[in-house]
Amino acid sequence: MLGFLSELGQRMIARVWRLGAGAHLFFLTIIYSGESFRRFHLTLREIYFTGVMSLLIIIVSAFFVGMVLALQGYNTLQKYGSSEAIGVLVALALVRELGPVVTALLFAGRAGTAITAEIGLMKTTEQLSAMEMMAVNPIARVVAPRFWAGVIAMPILAALFSMVGVLGGYLVAVPLIGVDDGAFWSQMQANVDFRDDIVNGVIKSLVFGVACTMIALFEGFDAPPTAEGVSHATTRTVVISSLTVLGLDFVLTSFMLVV
Amino acid sequence: MTSNIVEIDNVSFGYKGRLLHKGINMAFPRGKVIAIMGGSGSGKTTLLRLIGGQLKPSKGEVRVDGAIVHQQNREGIYQLRRKMGLLFQHGALFTDLSVYDNVAFPMRELTDLSESMIRDLVLMKLNAVGLRGAHSLMPTELSGGMARRVALARAVALDPDIIMYDEPFAGLDPISMGVICDLIRSLNDALGATSIIVSHDVKETFLIADYVYFVANGEVAAEGTPHDLMQSTLPFVHQFVHGEKDGPVPFHYPAQNYRSELFG
Amino acid sequence: MERTKIDLWVGIFVALGVASLLGLAMKVGNLTSSKIGDTYTVTAAFENIGGLKPNAPVKSAGVVVGRVEGIRFDTKAYEAIVNIKIDERYAFPKDTFANIYTAGLLGEQYVGLEAGGDEEVLKNGDKITQTQDAVVLEKMISQFLYNKASETKDDNKSTDVKADTKPTDGKSTELGDAPF
Repeated sequence: MLGFLSELGQRMIARVWRLGAGAHLFFLTIIYSGESFRRFHLTLREIYFTGVMSLLIIIVSAFFVGMVLALQGYNTLQKYGSSEAIGVLVALALVRELGPVVTALLFAGRAGTAITAEIGLMKTTEQLSAMEMMAVNPIARVVAPRFWAGVIAMPILAALFSMVGVLGGYLVAVPLIGVDDGAFWSQMQANVDFRDDIVNGVIKSLVFGVACTMIALFEGFDAPPTAEGVSHATTRTVVISSLTVLGLDFVLTSFMLVV
Repeated sequence: MTSNIVEIDNVSFGYKGRLLHKGINMAFPRGKVIAIMGGSGSGKTTLLRLIGGQLKPSKGEVRVDGAIVHQQNREGIYQLRRKMGLLFQHGALFTDLSVYDNVAFPMRELTDLSESMIRDLVLMKLNAVGLRGAHSLMPTELSGGMARRVALARAVALDPDIIMYDEPFAGLDPISMGVICDLIRSLNDALGATSIIVSHDVKETFLIADYVYFVANGEVAAEGTPHDLMQSTLPFVHQFVHGEKDGPVPFHYPAQNYRSELFG
Repeated sequence: MERTKIDLWVGIFVALGVASLLGLAMKVGNLTSSKIGDTYTVTAAFENIGGLKPNAPVKSAGVVVGRVEGIRFDTKAYEAIVNIKIDERYAFPKDTFANIYTAGLLGEQYVGLEAGGDEEVLKNGDKITQTQDAVVLEKMISQFLYNKASETKDDNKSTDVKADTKPTDGKSTELGDAPF
């Protein structure tokens, strides 16, 4: 029993230690961010790898999510004779929740794992050490550009997700089911608020961008320099990012609804 | 200023209470090729990290060009590191950059040279290691020996005063070994630099080193020119140098006690 | 070199992002419809605004002519003061009637303006004097119940006049003694 308790305690301490180390890395990343903007092509390159390379998965998933939303929404709404509200349903669900959240989850799986594996391997093969011995700060040169690329890419991907999702919903609702074209858009416009819904969605995705990218970077940076260590770190990136995104989503949503 | 560019003065270092080094003294005069030899796990690479400021000694001090390394702040250590080039055991090339970009990396990061100037310098360095023709290849397309030569070109990209080699001969075929061997000596003399070689390959190291330190049990067990050491009567040096299996005092290996117990 | 290809792709990426954000703002959201050019503001006092919210539409004859700008509570008259922004293109007479309607049975509430016959028109800062409160569902139901109850009482009275002389005050009506 005592052994169990002490193990539990040690695990908790390890968690807290990792949280602190992550916060420290975040702090250093912000401090050494100058170079990622002075030499913006470093960041640009990472936007290409995290953002552009995620385009396909984001667009395809958004399309299907939008279509499913429209199908499911229609099924329920028509029972209450308000199938015109399908546009509102699709748009609000996407802009407020699914756009930022699903994008962040996909981002963690697609770009987050890539970042963790890359940095973990750079550490394993002593590339980070080599950089440090060349008097080049790896946080400024490797971590910060990837961080800012993630923070920039995430809202763009989320906006794209929402827009493509709405188009997917439109395709199912209007040509396929036969909801009136005008009603679809006008109901949507009457009920989706720019400030309360769209801007809040963008804020959410910005926060998710910071969280997901930072978690991926920290896990890579903290990975034990072995093949096994890197593979575990990659798994942890997905698990921790997903949980963090869902938890943060709840916190942010409650803030936004209250304020 | 002394004629020694690097001095290790009574340095102790250990992880978690277990001392790896116990009061080591070494001096590295300018322009020489100095070798640090010893068995696996004797802390040779750790000495390089102490010189590079990646680790801090628990006691004593390491001086590079008169400056005490562990008392420098981050900026000071970076200043010192600009005088150093380190060749990692496995090269540690940046796998996402081509050979050309790898060699150009320190120039782009640390200098304001124009791209055309960098191009000339990179090709010069690559030519020196005989790989000018391979500048567009990616590191994954290189053999082990070629990768190490590229890493060498990168290590000397900014004409450092101190070039450190971590196991430069490990895992190479005899031809590549000979090539690296020649390169270390010729680069050292051409650049007027000081070379520090960490190795356990006796033949190649003795061929090019001016002076050799033997590290064993956390101490400098023997030192001298290769010639002296070849003649050394110290039992473990004799065993190490000649690679004898049944050495009288094979320091690291617990078999020694076992043998003395059996026959003593 | 590769640099230019990356630049191009990132350019496309960012353009796509900006386009979707614009698309969301214009096509999905109400950024365009809430911007109605130059406006003038009038106030209207209601005893009960029900569920009216800021930014709710203001309609006349079914056409959106403005938006509810803000709602505050007047502590002197114990009334709700609603600020209404009306598009400058639409002029309304001084004696315009302001109602709070509900779109559908459970839909959102909006302000409906019915033009009167006055020669003078409303100007910025004017007050609409004739208003009608929001229909509150609970009130409607209790009113309905009360009417029902008093109807049955009246029936009782007409058949047996002497039986009950209790005053039929709405407030003291107990549902318990009204069989319905």
